[in-house]
Parts: sequence; structure tokens; C-alpha cells
Amino acid sequence: MASYAERLEPVWREGSGLASWVGTVDHKRIGLRYLYTGFAFFVIAGLEAMLMRVQLARPELAVLSPQAYNELFSMHGVTMMFLFATPVLSGFGNYFVPLMIGARDMAFPRLNAFGYWVFLGAGFFLNSAFIIRQAPDDGWFNYLPLANANFTPSLAIDFYALGLIFIGVSTTSGAINFIVTILKLRAPGMTLNRIPIFVWGELAFALTVVFALPALTIASVFLELERRFGFHFYDAAGGGDPVLWQHLFWFFGHPEVYLVVLPALGLASAIIPTFSRRTMIGYTYIVLAELFIFVISFGVWVHHMFAVGLPTIAMGFISAASFMVVIPSGTQIFAWLATMVSGRLVLSTPMLFVLGFILLFVIGGLSGAMFSAVPFDQATTDSYFVVAHLHYVLVGGAVFPMFAGLYHWGPKILGRKLDERLGKISFWLMFVGFNLTFFPMHIAGLLGQPRRTYTYHEGLGWDLPNLLSTMGVFVMGAGILVTFWNWLRSEHQGELAGDDPWGGETLEWTTGSPPPEYNFETIPTVRSREPAWDQPELHGGAQPPEQGGRPLTAGHTTLSTSVTDAEPQAIVRMPHASPWPMFLTLALMLTFYGMLLSSWGVAVAGAAASVGALMGWLWPRGETQET
Amino acid sequence: MTVAAHELEPTERLDEVLPSNANGSASFAWWGMVWLIATEAALFGTIIVSYWYLRFRSAPAWPPDGIAKPELVLPLIMSAILWSSSIPVHVADRAGREGDERTLRIGLLIGWVLGAAFLALLLTVEYPEVLREFTPRTNAYGSLFFTLTGLHGLHVAAGLSFSAWVQVRAWRGAFDAQRHVSVQNFAMYWHFVDVVWLFVLLTIYLSPHL
Repeated sequence: MASYAERLEPVWREGSGLASWVGTVDHKRIGLRYLYTGFAFFVIAGLEAMLMRVQLARPELAVLSPQAYNELFSMHGVTMMFLFATPVLSGFGNYFVPLMIGARDMAFPRLNAFGYWVFLGAGFFLNSAFIIRQAPDDGWFNYLPLANANFTPSLAIDFYALGLIFIGVSTTSGAINFIVTILKLRAPGMTLNRIPIFVWGELAFALTVVFALPALTIASVFLELERRFGFHFYDAAGGGDPVLWQHLFWFFGHPEVYLVVLPALGLASAIIPTFSRRTMIGYTYIVLAELFIFVISFGVWVHHMFAVGLPTIAMGFISAASFMVVIPSGTQIFAWLATMVSGRLVLSTPMLFVLGFILLFVIGGLSGAMFSAVPFDQATTDSYFVVAHLHYVLVGGAVFPMFAGLYHWGPKILGRKLDERLGKISFWLMFVGFNLTFFPMHIAGLLGQPRRTYTYHEGLGWDLPNLLSTMGVFVMGAGILVTFWNWLRSEHQGELAGDDPWGGETLEWTTGSPPPEYNFETIPTVRSREPAWDQPELHGGAQPPEQGGRPLTAGHTTLSTSVTDAEPQAIVRMPHASPWPMFLTLALMLTFYGMLLSSWGVAVAGAAASVGALMGWLWPRGETQET
Repeated sequence: MTVAAHELEPTERLDEVLPSNANGSASFAWWGMVWLIATEAALFGTIIVSYWYLRFRSAPAWPPDGIAKPELVLPLIMSAILWSSSIPVHVADRAGREGDERTLRIGLLIGWVLGAAFLALLLTVEYPEVLREFTPRTNAYGSLFFTLTGLHGLHVAAGLSFSAWVQVRAWRGAFDAQRHVSVQNFAMYWHFVDVVWLFVLLTIYLSPHL
């Protein structure tokens, strides 16, 4: 009798060649695409930041025109938030959530492929604005009335609004996919209190998207209707209110900040126990803290608007809620510290990045707590102090964990370890470069330097901090390049990793590196929160059926389990590769470009093609279950 | 066909005794629809909150600029038609679970006709009537009126397409007592669109009379 692997291999193999490249639904290939594409946008947005720093190196330089500067800081923010941070965290989630919960794929593999293609299409759409030199130039939060048709008559804001609606399709479909995957595809025995914290982080991220992103979508729809067709939502003369944009944008925007940080916190929680060689202290409190952050993120949006002139009572409530964020954040930090102190710390590169993250996140959190106080916020609003704070939170709180993730999971993805020495060089360059770039901005901000201005006069005390910041960005850039080089180099000549190079505790370490297309030879039965430590029979990815492993070799299937207790409910047939998700994306791109250029014929043709592609996608071919 | 998990010995080949078709809350598609509806509810909620925000930011007169308060007779008739469509859809949903194909087809068809009647009344009677008094370009009130009712109308149209798709497959015999999650998902979506209409009716048509 053939082994499980020999029977699963032909069923799950996608092969190579163009059809497989276009049609793949393998969550690992899709996750990797998210990572590579997201980091490509990271490079683009990073270069935009470098250009800005060169312009600001000395007073009254003229490297960039004011208009170019406006476009660069707007696109830097939009790209970093929507095309880098969210997709890269989705990429880690895509690759590792099914592996960590013992599933064979995501719940909706074709929707997963669709989400990636739309992300790529929307990223292209937004950046194509540079080609016709009409890139968004009103900042990433795009305030009205500056962004209306009178003050920004070019296509810049239409690229912004339509692009954000378009990428919302990708983010929302991805979020729903994560939620259903985490609720329904967990290996038998993985009850709610055994879910890895990283998976909880992705769940909190996805829930935030589901409830927060519609506010941005509607805000953008209102904006386009007002700009194109003369509707009235934001213009006071027609009964609208420009502050409505701010409310809608920040009702989305603040949760967006947390949804970037939540999976990153989860990433740290995935790494700390492995490198402390002990179970996580306060698992329950960390999970509750993540969920509490998800809830509270919907109650703090007005703290971005303390300088608008809102009623004092509203600001009082929001200020109190903002201070409350300190509680769940602090809970997690103390749980991590306790775990590290009581364990046997191994200072490998992933752990180094996590330590750097904790330090930077605490600094960013301290300046964040300062902003919760209304008078301080009003004194420093729109200054470089804000720029310093948000980069400590977002770069410290999300980029450093991502790099930790690259070093932690790189061996699983590549099958080879990344070089430790290069990793440490990269960390120190990034850590020193980051602080050199952003710490002086606190001082420049307190000395009154406003953000979003393309130059400044001599003799205001801003010269030195700005010069230091510009120097720092090149040090940090060098550190980032070292990691990229390390990755590319290790892909071919790194030391072979084996299944479990770090002695990790979660299920992804029990299967091959890189994992086979079907992930696990048998879908395991989990009896512990740290299954890879407590269940030695799991190693090799093939728990024997006598101990609960389910080979499911009869078809292209995975297991559906109950939401709370993960008891097996049904065998679910999974769809095979399909090109239709990509065709649908192309049709949608046609629609969006038609709308952008007011070519309504093109837009209608694109919409019709979209309906056709959707029918092609859903047409029953007898291979999947009736859905 | 179905065996509860706790009745199984760990040594049994579970993939041979578990059902090979999932419906309702055992299926992934059903949960996908739940979360699609959740995000759609947030979408409608955002517009409704924007409506109330702009209403309270504007002058005491609402509707503004001398626009008359909305007529209620036709909207209430439309409401009765739309809400009554949930009954045959519910009957069809249950018939689908029991494998009663004939009732399934008839229920879906009646639901489709009622939904189409609602949409036809909106587009051919209600909108022309309203457009004689104001347009989306008149002021924020007009913009909100047409954006909210228009988005709901789009959802009714999407529901009708969804229904047509399910009906074609019902006629081809795609559903039985073991396989009917598409019918369940359509029914869930359709009831959602009907519930949203309650909030649209309260906000757009009834609240200006307060």
C-alpha cells in the first residue's frame, strides 16, 4: 500500500507552467506572493521617504518641487499602510495560519487568489498615477475641502478614492477568508484556548477589517460622487460638512493602525516562547488584550481630531478611552517580559528583532499616551512630534516584528536558514538607523517644525535634528538591504534547516521545510497548546491514525470542525487551481480605469466582463461541493 | 450518514464516516455569508450614521430648502411587498433542507417576483416622482436619499441575480437534502436585504416626519 504522501501528492500537485502560475490556489504560494509584492512596495515607499529626507537635509534645499514633495509624502503614507503593512501581514497569515491550525488550505482558496490579484491590481492602479504625473497629493488622510474638485481638480484624488475602494475589495475578501479559516478549519482538538496567539492576532486583524473598512469605502464613494457628479456630502454650501470626512476616515483610520499592529504583536508572541524555551506566561490575558484592543480601537478615532474644535465632552470620553489602550498594551508587554525572564533566552536574530520591537513600541506608546491628553495634543498636532510617534508605533510595532518573522519563518519557507551574522548586522543597522531617523523628530516637533512642509528656514533650531534624520534613513535603508540580500543568498546557499530548526512549539514545525502542497500527511489531532512540544508523534507531519491523524486521501479535501471545540463535522472538498480570479481582477481593473477616466463605455464593458468572469468562476464543474 | 464525533473511536477511519457534504454552520460557505453580511451591515450603518450626522449639523428644517416631507403611501406598499417576499424564500429554504425540490423552486420563484416588483416600483414610480422635486445634486438631503435607497436597490438587484442563479441550478436538480448550502446562503442574504430595508425606511421615509 502506498504511503499517505504518495497518495496525496498527485491529488494536491499544481504542477508548473503558466496555467499553474496564473491559477494557483495554494495558500503558501499566494502568501509568498503577498510577501514579495508587499516588500516591493516597501522599497518603493522607502525610496519616496529617502527623497523627502534628502530634500529636508539642510534648510531651503530645492531637490524636490513643493508639488513633488506633496505627492511623495501622500503616496509614502498610502503605500506603506495599504500596499505594504496590510498585505505583508496578510502574507504571513496566508502562509502560516493554515499551517499553525493544521489545515490543508484556507477556507476559500480561489477567493484567496482573487485577493492577491486585486491587491496587485490596486497597487498598480494607485502607482500608475505617477506615470501621468497626477499622484495623490493631499496626504494619506486626504482632508476636505482641499481634496474636493475645486481645490484639487486633477485626477490625483480620483486615483486615491477609487484605488482605496479597489484595494478594499482585496482586504475585505482576505479578512472574511481568515475569519472562516480560523473558525472552521482548525485541527480536531484545537479548542479556542489552544489557538496560537499569532492566529488570534490575525483573527483580531480580520475582525477589525470587517467592521472598520466600510467607513473608508463609504467615505471614498461619497467623495467620488461629490467630485464627479456634484453630490453634496462634504461641502457646507450644499448642506454637507467637511468634518464628516474626518469622522469617517478616522473611524476607519484608527482601527487601521491597530490592525497593522495586532498581527505584529501576534508575531512577537509566536517567537518569544520558542526563544525563551518555555510556554507563554499569561496566554489568556494576551488573547483577551488583543480582543480588547480590537474593541477599543472603534472608540478612539476622535483623538485624531482634538484640534478640530469638537465639543469638550466628546473629547473627554475619547481621551479616557485612549488612555485605556495602555492597559491591554501593557498587559502584553509584561507577559512577554515575564516569559523571557523566567525562560532561558536564546538571542538569535528573530529574538533580537523582537527585543528591538518591544523597546521601540514602548517609546511609541509613551508618546501615544501623551497625545491622549487633549492639551498636549493640541500643542503638538501636525508637528514632527506626531511623525516621530507614529513611526515608533508603526515601524517599531509592525516592521520590526515583520523582520523578526522573516528570520523566524524564513527557514520554513525557504528550507534553508538565513545567515545569523548578516541578520545581526541588519538588526543593528536598522535599530540604530531607525532611532537616528526618528528620535530627533521628537525634538524638531517640540521646537515647532510642522510636518508636511517641503522646507524650512535656517536658524530655527531645526537644522541639526533634520540632518541627523536624513543620515539615519540611509543607515536604516542599508540594514533593510542586508536582510533582503541575506534572504536571496540563503535561498540557495543557506544551511539546510530541517523541519524544526528552532525547536518551535506550534504545528508548522512538525511538517517539512518548505511544507508539501498538502501541508500535513495526516491532519493531526491536537491535545495541547504547544502540540509540537507535547506530542512527539506529530513530527514528520504524519500523526498515525491510531493517535488521531486523519489522512483524508480520498480526494482534494480538508476537515470542517466546530467553532469552539474543534470537533470534526464534515469532510469538505476544496477547489482546484483556476484562472478566473485573475480574469475577474483584470475585468475589475478595466472598470476602475473606465471610471477614473470618465470613459463610461469602458467602465460598463468592464462591469459586464466582471459579471462574465464571476459566472465563469462559479459555474459548477462537479469538482467542488455545492456552494 | 452523520455520526457525532464523540461517538467515534480514535482508531476509526474518520474520513469514511463523516458526512462528505457540509451544509449550514458545518460548511465554510455559510460562514462566509455570515461575515459578508456583517461587513455589508457596517457599510449600510456608515451611510445611515452619515445621514443622521448631516441632519443634525444642518438647519432645523429637515428636509431642507423647502422640500416636502416624503410621501409614505407608496414606500409602505413597497415595504409590504419586499417583506412578504421573505416568507416564500423561507419556505423554499426549509424545502431545500428537506429535499422537496418542487416547493423549493416555487418558493424561490415567488420570492423573485415579489423582489422584482419592489425594484420596479422603486425605479419606475418612486424615483420619477421624487426627481420632480429634488435630485442628488440639489443638496445633501437629496444626495443621501438617492445614495442610501440606491445602494439598497443595488442589493435587491444582486439578490435577484443570486436567486436566478440558484433557481437555474434548482431546475437542473443540483440540490437535495444533503446539498443545499447555496439555497441557505441565498435565503440568509435575502432576509438581510429585507432587514436593511427596515432601517432605510425608518431613516429616509419616517424620520423626517418626527
